[in-house]
Amino acid sequence: MMELVVCSGKGGTGKTSVVASLAALAHNFVLADCDVDAANLHLVLEPMTEVTQPFIAGHLASIRPEDCRGCGVCRVKCHFSAIERVNDPETGTTYRVNQTACEGCGVCVHFCPRDAIDFEDRRCGQWSLSSTRVGPMVHASLDVGAENSGKLVSLVRTKARELAVESGHDLILVDGPPGIGCPVTASLTGADLALMVTEPSLSGLHDLGRVLDLADHFQIPARVCINKYDFNIRLTERIEAECAARGARVIGRIPYEPLVNDAQIAGRSLVEFAPDSDAAQAITSIWHHLEHSLTESPTLKG
Amino acid sequence: MKILITAQGQNSTDAVDQRFGRASYHIIHDTEADTYAAIDNAAQLNAAQGAGVQAAQNAVAGGAEAVLTGHCGPKAFDVLAAAGVSIYSGITGTVVDAVGAWKRDELEQLSGPDGTPSH
Amino acid sequence: MRIVVASGKGGTGKTTVAVNLAVSAARAGHEVHLGDCDVEEPNANIFLNAELPTIRTVTVPVPRVDQDICTHCGACAEICEFNAIACLPRQTIVFEDLCHSCAGCWLVCPEKAITQRERVLGEVATGKADGLGFTEGRLRIGETVVPPLIQEVKAETAGHPWVILDAPPGTTCPVVETMRDADFVVLVTEPTPFGQHDLELAVELARVLERPCGVVINRAQEGRDQIDRYCEGEGLEVLARIPFQRRVAEACAEGALAIDVDDEVAASVEGLLRALEGLEVTS
Repeated sequence: MMELVVCSGKGGTGKTSVVASLAALAHNFVLADCDVDAANLHLVLEPMTEVTQPFIAGHLASIRPEDCRGCGVCRVKCHFSAIERVNDPETGTTYRVNQTACEGCGVCVHFCPRDAIDFEDRRCGQWSLSSTRVGPMVHASLDVGAENSGKLVSLVRTKARELAVESGHDLILVDGPPGIGCPVTASLTGADLALMVTEPSLSGLHDLGRVLDLADHFQIPARVCINKYDFNIRLTERIEAECAARGARVIGRIPYEPLVNDAQIAGRSLVEFAPDSDAAQAITSIWHHLEHSLTESPTLKG
Repeated sequence: MKILITAQGQNSTDAVDQRFGRASYHIIHDTEADTYAAIDNAAQLNAAQGAGVQAAQNAVAGGAEAVLTGHCGPKAFDVLAAAGVSIYSGITGTVVDAVGAWKRDELEQLSGPDGTPSH
Repeated sequence: MRIVVASGKGGTGKTTVAVNLAVSAARAGHEVHLGDCDVEEPNANIFLNAELPTIRTVTVPVPRVDQDICTHCGACAEICEFNAIACLPRQTIVFEDLCHSCAGCWLVCPEKAITQRERVLGEVATGKADGLGFTEGRLRIGETVVPPLIQEVKAETAGHPWVILDAPPGTTCPVVETMRDADFVVLVTEPTPFGQHDLELAVELARVLERPCGVVINRAQEGRDQIDRYCEGEGLEVLARIPFQRRVAEACAEGALAIDVDDEVAASVEGLLRALEGLEVTS
């Protein structure tokens, strides 16, 4: 069983749109949408949800107003400015935890002289197992304001792996998160192959370099494709030159295609909506490269 | 002595889990009494990060003197090593198979971490 | 006035809008300081090419255990919610990169065996360009603790009459830190289903944080009015519609300022500026 992760470095390069098309072309796979901060893949795959579970990570402090005597020790000790004073003419001064600012460190809970602070499991988001027209999908979303630690990404991958093993799928296709932080690391470690979808801009180039560094660090073989390449041929060529210099293989260039938006509105991937377009053909060719890399050698690493 | 085996299920006949920090279960085998007791490792882990650290501390607190697993990340390794717990990798098959391999000295003892960190 | 430019989704043009708005405001005579709070991947300076000579390292306190005084009672490990400190029979180990600097362990240690060490998160670099002040936050690669660095970027911008902050993309912790004390939040989106979906998340965050907000539709096109309809339904004002122009996109890809490339774009950014000036008057 192989795992292909699609990342981008910079957000907005078209990674999710490309993944949707790859999903329409691939066979016998489980899809894992690990772009949990702002998940979009479900918008073009129309999943039918079978199971949804809350995602719990860390804790949240909450002061019981009836037990609070207003001493303010919690506010003094809180390192994250997450405790506010509440002045009520009838009940006097009490304190309240701002739940968006609360880091869940437990210091206020420990130091409250009245034990007036509850410390509960924090629901940070949810994950679901769904079926789509292209195959099963595990996806998740973080609640707004949550910490994006990578734990939910790891959970999505674990569930996708369990499902793949259970039902005999031989590929896990991962829509990775943008950026280069923890969530991206959590999506890349242990993968067999990474595809970086970039765009011909200076920020795209800069961020591509950093996500390739991350893949190198974890010894994940990487391939690159340049989306909307015709927006700037000069930068496209520069990206290709820099990739060649560092030994990263560029396996395709996808031209800008206005029909992508219409495909999104129709809830379809581009290869389904406009299979004869140049962009769809470019993506199909990229898929064949990837398929070849995934099947030609049992261990791609190194 | 007590040894800890990382497992995908609660029984000694269940398959081993290659991960330490995020393993589904930690099975404690008492070599003298020849018993197996399962700890739900996933239930012990609440924090968003540092799964390896937490799992390792739990293992030490539970009295394990050796850990049998697939891969061990750097932080878990540091905690176990500081507590004098030996770490063995390369387990396959079921929990009972892993214990057998350890008894026959077939497992590799780790002198450093060999896994990527658990998130 | 502190304006935060954010978007639920990456790639909508948030940085482009923040930079062009800041330059436009400076050219109109305002004293502006722009802060790049996307500290993981700061890209605003691609458009400004500012020299940033003033560099300050940003640190956070993490525990340092005196092993000679430590009695291994375990109180530190017990209070730590982040697994950053492990107390073992003969040693107490600190995992600095997991530490959130909550101070719990050193407050709770009965032997006073824990002092602090400053751990480097990254740096803030400040300079001037194109008539405006600019600060960029740069997070150390692989670093997981982000909000304190963003706080320092904000601190560098404080005191100026107009502060514009380029937020990180998404709606998680770093965005919360950037947005939490904004006077106004400008949400940049694009007229696509992905754009609308992520705008909804960003609006939800702004509302949770009780920040007034308005919307800028970037890459606007004839016939794509789903965002306008959404905004109308939500009582959100569309402050500007920046037209999609392929040649503008091509030039911006190389770091050009959009307002210098196209008059229509310049006019819509100016419209955004006027709308924000109007807010300043009323606030």
